Amino acid sequence: MRTPIFLALAIAVAALVFWLTRTAGNDYLFFAGYTVLQFVVLATAWNILGGYCGYVNFGSAAFFALGAYTSVVFYKFVHDPRLCPDFWTSLTGQDCLLDLTASENEGLKDLLMTYLVPQSLPALMAVAAVISGLIGLGTGYLTLRLRGAFFAIATLALAVVLQTFVVNWSYVGGSRGAYVIRPNDIEILGFQFPYIQYLFLIMVMLAAISVAIARTIERSKLGYGFATIRDDELAAEASGVPTLKLKLIATTLSGALMGMAGAPFPYYIGYLEPASAFGLPYAVNSIAMPMIGGTTSWIGPLVGSVLLGTLQQVVTVTISSEMNLLLVGVLLVAFVIVAPKGLVGLVQPQLQKLRRKWTRPSSKSKDSASASAAS
Amino acid sequence: MDAPLLEVEGLGKRFGGFVALDGIDLNVAPGERVGLIGPNGSGKSTLVNCLCGTLANETGTVKFEGRGLNGLPAHSRTRLGLARSFQLPRPFASMTVADNLKVPLLYAVSSLERVPFSHARADERCAELLGLVGLVDCAHKYPRDLTQVDMRKLELARAMAAEPKLLIADEAMAGLSHSEVSDIVSLLIRLNEHGTTVILIEHIMRAVMHFSQRLVVLVSGRKIADGRPDEVIRDPEVERAYIGQ
Amino acid sequence: MFDSADLLVNALIAGLLLGGFYTAVTVGISISFGILDIVNIAHPGFIIVGSYIAYIVNERFGLDPILVGLLALPAFYALGAFIYQIYYVSFEKRGQEALRGLAFFFGILFITEVVLIIVFGVDYRYVNAAYVDTTYNIGLAQLPMRMVVPCVVSLLMLAVLQLFVGRTFLGRAIMAVAQDQQALRLMAADPVKIKRVAFALSIATCSLAGACLIIIQPVDPSIGRDYIGRVFAICVLGGLGSLPGTLIGAMLLGLVESFTSTFFGPSWAPAVAFGLLLLTLAVRPAGLLGR
Repeated sequence: MRTPIFLALAIAVAALVFWLTRTAGNDYLFFAGYTVLQFVVLATAWNILGGYCGYVNFGSAAFFALGAYTSVVFYKFVHDPRLCPDFWTSLTGQDCLLDLTASENEGLKDLLMTYLVPQSLPALMAVAAVISGLIGLGTGYLTLRLRGAFFAIATLALAVVLQTFVVNWSYVGGSRGAYVIRPNDIEILGFQFPYIQYLFLIMVMLAAISVAIARTIERSKLGYGFATIRDDELAAEASGVPTLKLKLIATTLSGALMGMAGAPFPYYIGYLEPASAFGLPYAVNSIAMPMIGGTTSWIGPLVGSVLLGTLQQVVTVTISSEMNLLLVGVLLVAFVIVAPKGLVGLVQPQLQKLRRKWTRPSSKSKDSASASAAS
Repeated sequence: MDAPLLEVEGLGKRFGGFVALDGIDLNVAPGERVGLIGPNGSGKSTLVNCLCGTLANETGTVKFEGRGLNGLPAHSRTRLGLARSFQLPRPFASMTVADNLKVPLLYAVSSLERVPFSHARADERCAELLGLVGLVDCAHKYPRDLTQVDMRKLELARAMAAEPKLLIADEAMAGLSHSEVSDIVSLLIRLNEHGTTVILIEHIMRAVMHFSQRLVVLVSGRKIADGRPDEVIRDPEVERAYIGQ
Repeated sequence: MFDSADLLVNALIAGLLLGGFYTAVTVGISISFGILDIVNIAHPGFIIVGSYIAYIVNERFGLDPILVGLLALPAFYALGAFIYQIYYVSFEKRGQEALRGLAFFFGILFITEVVLIIVFGVDYRYVNAAYVDTTYNIGLAQLPMRMVVPCVVSLLMLAVLQLFVGRTFLGRAIMAVAQDQQALRLMAADPVKIKRVAFALSIATCSLAGACLIIIQPVDPSIGRDYIGRVFAICVLGGLGSLPGTLIGAMLLGLVESFTSTFFGPSWAPAVAFGLLLLTLAVRPAGLLGR
């Protein structure tokens, strides 16, 4: 199936999911569904670097939270368009570096707000993608020349460092967190939607796009390159694969997608604080879901995130959130030991047998044709 | 025919206190068939690694087609036309045999030619290569299902897939039967006749003597002989190095 | 001026004492990562478990935490051997260490943290021991016993390990297993068994390290994560696999953290270790004493 067709199909499925959820009539489905879809994006993004290239990223939370805090920063700025940092006051004695509330700055404010400051979610997501992508690139550049283990540890370090910066940054609320008030509804193309449905729609579209990106990569020259990095980096280099460049591409793309997933989050949750934004559950889930689903293809993270995500919603509500986390941890360890190829890996041999049964007659003639060509 | 394809001058490599290579000088002309022999631990594989960029040499220079290679990463050297096969086969385990060959086609050859990647062309070339080394039946098998012998052939085929100007075959024939060794030697000679310069590193003397137009001997990181095979073999220092082992 | 000198001296002393303690925390990783090449990021998790065990026994029976740490050593050793066995059979033998091994240990780290939360809740726990609140003053210097005792214990543990590695057959075999497994086999020593002993030792150190930790500061289940960065920062700084290097790296980190905390505030402390780690990885990954 060619990429544009798959993409169209994915978007169609996404639209269908959205419409079905609307007809179900239960608002809770939107809230729960949003979380699951968020994990689809995170798992798929993680897998591009982790499953395809074999480089484990423990800092998914960092990229996710960066996206979330990008939204917070612009939200704060839009509601109070002044930049009055402490160092500026102590440096110049003036209160503010930039004060768009002042009447003389009215024109500048209109200009900036219309063209420069992202206010719609898609715009915020675009900015978040750039920022998270750059951080991914930077981290990669610093550590990808070393062994994969060092990269993994560095990503963990990144999460803590970024969290510490955010905790010490009062503009976004520091450790006390920030409140983001989401509008009640939104108008698109003349229709009124409750905002939560809009968030759901955005996330389901992002999920469809992420999956399409993952699939496209998998079947492309880039996908071959990634696989060689995972299998044997030394042999990959000897075969002409520019491993560092490819790893940087994977890290940047992965980070950017995670950032995009994070951008709408403050609007969804209403209150963002560093401990939960940078929390370990994001890191564990973005690893557990692809590993449980299967890391070698785009289907694995999708299956893993939908199944595990839904399971988590159920467990959190019926038992407790701690038990839920324990479950995720145990499943991760169990699958890693017992079923390293994930659910997809368990099912794949059966599928291959079926496929071979169906296509054998035609492939037989194809093989004999190429055999005679070679001799 | 005048300018050497490969110019190695004063190449040196240490591992901590251990000197693996001690000032190696070596020139290889285009179209040559060079054999490289030496006892175990003499530095042959280290030399290959330094030439191909897998390891960084500490002293000396390596020039390929007049271009200095110092600091250039391995993949760039492969793209310039310098390919190698690994002594212990390192196939890409998650891909079929055919796909293993596609990787160098995609990354070493296509990017150079700036020809857009075509599945049909790649499949054709893969089939050709598989036929050359005798792995046609294995095209859709995975490396883990191959015999040791077939893995060595795959290793060689993958290096050849990069369409190199200089191919370094690092003990590609270990464990092969008499006739298989002859097959590989004929293959390499044919490759050479089509224009590929080959450096053959081997322990199987019969193969080396048959194949080489020139023989280089490495002992303890130093080159102790470099010349016509029949003369080098009779060199007393070479005899001493081998009998001493 | 007097104030600054006071701060300076005490930051220095705190840094050194802290560094001594950090040695205990890191020496296990020096063995598992530096020598065995196993990225056991669950290591800090086990240390926290050690802290909680010290807390429970101290609370119920009033035993000194260091004593508890010593008594629990065999249990931790057994746990380490068990975990290595699973790791070896599942990953090392199959040659799939990289991705799966990391995920495995990460899962274990996560599980230990969640189990601790479920059992003990998220409140801070601390121990009661005779010397915890005592501080000796020598001139400008303040020597809080709650830091001195762990530091001394840690350094003693390091010394014992260094002796073990240098003087006993098993110890030297462990150092050798990193370099040449074949030679080891020829000496009729089973590399797998030796690696298991080494890994079990590395987990055993967590028992004492955990006891020391809870003397220095109150613990809660999430503290393990702060220590991941510290532990690997020290390991990388000191050069992998070198026990003396671990000491130097630990001292260095202790000093940098102490000074940052004193002059910039404690909320920046977590970033210091990780920042230092990132810097070292970027600039000189072989470490200061690197091989």
